[in-house]
Amino acid sequence: MSTLPFRNFIRFILNDKVIELDELAPTQTLLDFVRLSERLVGTKEGCAEGDCGACSVLVGRLSDGVLSYETVNACIRFTASLDGCHVVTIEHLVGKEGALHPVQQAMVDHHGSQCGFCTPGIVMSLYALWMNNPRADANQIEQALQGNLCRCTGYAPIVRAAKSVLSDGGQSNDPLIAERGEITAKLDGFQDGVRVEMSGGEGKIILPASVDDLAKIFLSNPEATLVAGATDIGLWVTKHMRPLPMMVFTGHLDALRSVLEGEDAVSFGAGVTYSEFFSTIMQKFPQLEDFWMRIGGQQVRNMGTIGGNIANGSPIGDTPPALIALGAAITLRKGKARRFVALEDYFIAYGKQDRSPGEFIESISIPYLHTGDQFAVYKISKRREEDISTLCGAFNLRLDGNNRVAKIAIAFGGMAGIPQRANRVEKALLGQTWNEANIKDALELFGVDYQPLSDVRGSATYRMLSAQNLLRRFYMYTQGTAEELQRSVS
Amino acid sequence: MSSPKKHDIVHSSIIHDSAAKQVAGCAEYIDDMAEPAGTCHAYLGLSECAHGTIKSIDLGAVAAANGVICVLTEADIVGPNDISPTGLKDEPIFASKIVSFFGQPIFGVIAETRDQARRAAKLVKVKYEVLPHHLSVEAALENGAELVTKPLTLKRGDSTTELANAPHRLSSTLEIGGQDHFYLEGQIAFAIPGEDDDVLVYSSTQHPSEVQHMVAHALGVKNNAVTVKIRRMGGGFGGKETQSNLFAVVAAIGAKKLDRAVKIRPDRDDDMVATGKRHDFVVDYDIGFDDTGKILALEANFAARCGFSADLSGPVTDRALFHADNAYYLPAVTLTSQPLKTNTVSNTAFRGFGGPQGILLAERMIEEIAYALKKDPLEIRKANFYGTKSNNITPYHQEVTDNIIHRIVDELEISSDYQARRAAVLAHNKTSAIIKRGIALTPVKFGISFTATWYNQAGALIHIYQDGSIQLNHGGTEMGQGLNLKIAQIVASEFGLPISEIKITATATDKVPNTSATAASSGSDLNGMAALNACQQIKARLAEFAINLSSEKAGSLEYVQGEVLVGDKRFAFADFIKQAYMARVQLSAAGFYKTPDIHWDREKGQGRPFFYYAYGASVSEVAIDTLTGEYRIERVDILHDVGKSLNPAIDIGQIEGGFVQGMGWLTSEELVWHADGRLLSHAPSTYKIPLASDVPPIFNVNLAEWSSNPERTIRRSKAVGEPPLMLASSVVEALSMAVASVVDYESCPRLNTPVTPERVLLALTDLQNSSGSS
Repeated sequence: MSTLPFRNFIRFILNDKVIELDELAPTQTLLDFVRLSERLVGTKEGCAEGDCGACSVLVGRLSDGVLSYETVNACIRFTASLDGCHVVTIEHLVGKEGALHPVQQAMVDHHGSQCGFCTPGIVMSLYALWMNNPRADANQIEQALQGNLCRCTGYAPIVRAAKSVLSDGGQSNDPLIAERGEITAKLDGFQDGVRVEMSGGEGKIILPASVDDLAKIFLSNPEATLVAGATDIGLWVTKHMRPLPMMVFTGHLDALRSVLEGEDAVSFGAGVTYSEFFSTIMQKFPQLEDFWMRIGGQQVRNMGTIGGNIANGSPIGDTPPALIALGAAITLRKGKARRFVALEDYFIAYGKQDRSPGEFIESISIPYLHTGDQFAVYKISKRREEDISTLCGAFNLRLDGNNRVAKIAIAFGGMAGIPQRANRVEKALLGQTWNEANIKDALELFGVDYQPLSDVRGSATYRMLSAQNLLRRFYMYTQGTAEELQRSVS
Repeated sequence: MSSPKKHDIVHSSIIHDSAAKQVAGCAEYIDDMAEPAGTCHAYLGLSECAHGTIKSIDLGAVAAANGVICVLTEADIVGPNDISPTGLKDEPIFASKIVSFFGQPIFGVIAETRDQARRAAKLVKVKYEVLPHHLSVEAALENGAELVTKPLTLKRGDSTTELANAPHRLSSTLEIGGQDHFYLEGQIAFAIPGEDDDVLVYSSTQHPSEVQHMVAHALGVKNNAVTVKIRRMGGGFGGKETQSNLFAVVAAIGAKKLDRAVKIRPDRDDDMVATGKRHDFVVDYDIGFDDTGKILALEANFAARCGFSADLSGPVTDRALFHADNAYYLPAVTLTSQPLKTNTVSNTAFRGFGGPQGILLAERMIEEIAYALKKDPLEIRKANFYGTKSNNITPYHQEVTDNIIHRIVDELEISSDYQARRAAVLAHNKTSAIIKRGIALTPVKFGISFTATWYNQAGALIHIYQDGSIQLNHGGTEMGQGLNLKIAQIVASEFGLPISEIKITATATDKVPNTSATAASSGSDLNGMAALNACQQIKARLAEFAINLSSEKAGSLEYVQGEVLVGDKRFAFADFIKQAYMARVQLSAAGFYKTPDIHWDREKGQGRPFFYYAYGASVSEVAIDTLTGEYRIERVDILHDVGKSLNPAIDIGQIEGGFVQGMGWLTSEELVWHADGRLLSHAPSTYKIPLASDVPPIFNVNLAEWSSNPERTIRRSKAVGEPPLMLASSVVEALSMAVASVVDYESCPRLNTPVTPERVLLALTDLQNSSGSS
């Protein structure tokens, strides 16, 4: 087995230059690489945690032979994960004679920069939007900017710039469109399907050749750190300076990024990103659409994976409360062995999950809702978008023909050490008539199910009060009487 | 006499001079500069104790860490270990014996790379003997209320008697939260050693002269050995007025010690932990008023969390008092400040400089009266506005002579359709069970000038080269606000040139000395006048030279669209300049300006601290979710006074940006400390500034185009940097109205800021509970 071919370097394209690296610290970030090694200093560091977007760059990747680009936060993206990709920084946008790109020109014309430090990142986010969705509406513009902070302008001129360039529609003079064929061919030539293994002075980088290869590697190196989107692990490095001597990257494995919409459930690889899953959300779980777009900013949704979100075992968890309420299950793989675990059973206690050394989440399945099932998820955060939930509640209800509760699942994040079902509340409601009086009686049982903490995101009092109120809101929703805040942008 | 036909580049919406570079990623910030060979990187070691005596500090592992060149401690400071900007000697560079807040710098480390220095700094072992710490205003008040600087009292009339005699009287407390600047470019300094005592420091600072003084002080050298430069900052907002000193000083000490270039850039978390913020206040107030809502008397005490040292807390808390009247006449008033010492980072300048906190109190006061009398708060506001001929004396005895608040508010009330919308909001709230709405119109009156009178001076340096191109330098700094562009517009206009002929250079202490901080919104007022003065000096020389160029001896001299018209002759500007050079005319001038007519006696609490006032008003409409406290700001209308705008696009940018920054301060930006003194909200993951999707979807911003500054300011413009921030107070009052609706407006909600969703839900729950029980 050790005779399998492997490669001891990574290669990718940076703007118009092929980069080959055979020596690389596993924890080196793309931001440090472009700024310090390549002196491409247009990309800025604002926060080094994927929140401010000043470091936004585009990463182009071949999937089924098709090249597509999306924004990522270079500050928490590891350089090693870029094997076979095309990295595009702000420096690549300006035309050969120094002419500004239409997106850049619009930002100038509409006074979209003041101090200018966030500006390259904003331009990259708007550029990705312009390229992928040239008719984007105001709502989509805001979504595209969710991962970019600006402290000077109040965003108004940036949105005006975006609206103006997106209404133009034309995509002429675009470097990425012009060189698409050439880049596709180059990246295709990079795809050799072999394992990459590099040992530097500071540690080891492995890019498995396949999922089977990943299983084998992790089985024999259970101490290795598996990195998918790096939206959490990136911070272990940039914030906590944790040494990660062996990093196994999975983002390049298409097999972990496939989505299979089956008869009764959707099954998908643990490496599917929030962005990739969005079309499934729209088709199969439209109740999750708004919630989904409140996870991270666009860059984080492009990088972050659902499997990674589950694996990191956060007590809040973006997706787990919703997935638990939907009855999702995960497939854990260790070597060749696989086992299936209900998602709610995966979380045992704060910092503890049902996963043994060398075992990893391979796939996730979510059963579809039955006709007539009522499902909703509510996220509460200090800032509406790009914020970690103060609490998040998901409700899944089936009534029998007599308006009695035949089945109910209520799961919360941010209320306990793990994402957790409200067992006592559910039990009190099960079999009962679904009416206001019974809801009211069940509210106090939240205090039995949960003893939330006070922290930087909110007090225990607020968490408890609003959790109870979310059940009331869900009841109103099922009665068609829910009133909700709207944001209507035009 | 200026000619009406002159094409005026001033008052037009010219694009920011750096915009094209910024969007292309090639506008250079300090961290982007090419580094000289041998550049090394410093990092700070921070205390992990809120208050304690350092028993021992073991730097062995730090010094031995990979890549480390040396550590820096108090022993490396040749001059005094102090960077207190007010000279109170209360702010060490490195705390060596006592630490006074969690996150205080205690040493530095220099390594070959920033990553190495950053990792090494964590390896220190410090033993503390823990002393009791007081983090909050409440804790400080309970523990002797030690002050960091001398408090201020403003007094006019007999408030005690007037309060006692008032038909209505109420008292309450308002807690106002602080705010992190969250400039996108963090603090940074880059020091390059020179010969002798010399050092050149690139510092992301609003106050290069102070950095120069601090560096000289710490190095024990004369000011003339130190040069400080800054081309642009990636945002400042007051956070780089004094807070940049620390980093510049550490870089300079390292550079001189090693004779190598040293750069220092803290990460975002350390930046937020170790540098000061907007002051939070607890304001106790007592108001007396009559049946019509007219205020008869006010007494208020502004207790501020200043942190462990004075920094700028004196003038900040002073300015809070100066603005506690906002736009309202207070017949009898006593205002006191209480700048409290706490074991937290030393709070500092932040856009508005205490003024916003004063204004917030004034607006809360109006709301209290309106709820007590069951009237529209706008009616109460109007009843209390300063008059134009009478009722126009402030609590600091300055006469308000330029009052335009009535017209601003009247126009905005109509253009925003306030009355109809308020009626609609009231109707909505009657029938809507869960979503409640609120609307509020609030005014702003903001005093312009540094209250430290000597700061109101500026210099500029203008060179015209032989090809007719102009290099412009002035004492102000560019942090995105468009100051350089505005000054370039003035210079271009004076010489009738396109803006492209004016080259703006980095602010440098060796070009214009003894500058004031670019702060107090004063940048274009002061530096614009200094640049104008330099232009006038050169133009006077050119006029003398031009006399001989025309056959009409007493002919006119005009600079129009790149040409110079001398009597009956026309010259291209460059040709004219070349001839002037050949005739040995000096084509360079240093301009100077000092604001006239201002004076301030702090002991008496009397004077004319402000040259003039800037005015504005805003209407905000919001919707809240009474189940969760979440809310949306749905529409904002603003009418703001910038006098005759130097650049309407830039000014609107300041208003939009200032409003949203103020909105963040008052809504989602919450600073949270752990009981042990650690700042918990120390990065954007835990500290939430507004996003694009938080900006009101309807956001109408207009300039009061009819306004012209009655004072002789540069082209009759007004300062614009700070005043718009306080337009956001209408958001708080609109949220308050929505909350109050749950009890049919029977009482004014207790709503402290920031008004997070949690505060909204808890406030309305409190109202419902007290209403139900009464």
